[in-house]
Amino acid sequence: MKMEFQVARDDYLSAGKVSSQIKQTLKQIGYPNELLRRMAVACYEAEINMIIHSYGGTIRLLIEEDGRIQMIFSDTGPGIADLEQAMTPGFSTASEKAREFGFGAGMGLPNIQRVSDHFDILTSHEGTTLTLGFELDP
Amino acid sequence: MKIESIIRILDAQPLYENPDRSLETEIEYGFASDLMSDALALIQNSSTVLLTGLANPQSLRTAEMLDINLVIYVRAKHLPELDLQLAKEMGISVYSTDMTMYEACGRLFREGLPPLKR
Repeated sequence: MKMEFQVARDDYLSAGKVSSQIKQTLKQIGYPNELLRRMAVACYEAEINMIIHSYGGTIRLLIEEDGRIQMIFSDTGPGIADLEQAMTPGFSTASEKAREFGFGAGMGLPNIQRVSDHFDILTSHEGTTLTLGFELDP
Repeated sequence: MKIESIIRILDAQPLYENPDRSLETEIEYGFASDLMSDALALIQNSSTVLLTGLANPQSLRTAEMLDINLVIYVRAKHLPELDLQLAKEMGISVYSTDMTMYEACGRLFREGLPPLKR
């Protein structure tokens, strides 16, 4: 099963709508609560990152036949200048606007990595692709 | 601590109360922050009350992702009608207290509501 969603730059008011839809979909399928929460947190943080830092992009949800989940966040934009710094808890380049909405604590990427079972990130000056994987029994 | 006790201790006013959730429901932990990334990083147990001054849809979305059903806005913050509708759709009960974050946390802690385990 595949689903695809669009995310727009600076669309703070809609932030989280896609993650909410994905969470509802996975809940209806019957994923366990702890896994649902991990997937929702990762998806929401990644969606927020796209809104704050990119020029917009796509979120793809892939549900394998054996139940494994893959989420792919592809955006166009400036990319991440220093990935090592971006993975450091507390480091943030978020704007004042992002902070007004409660983000920009520098916890996004480290938090996403913590709650996902597989974490892969490719970034260049043309954009970023984040691929996350979740296992039923990690 | 029961939801009813939390509301009483904080002298909190309901903005939206989910009619399907009893005020007798026990809440195990308290967490307070205006930074939603911190909430997303640190809250591991959905039986937690989120105290925040961030009165916008993102505090509700954060609660939704974490399966939290009780949010209390400090410093007399209120939600606009559109956000109250969102809280209703999500089934999240939301209250407002005139207390500052510091006072609200202090009172709940004194009455026995523990912080999250680290």
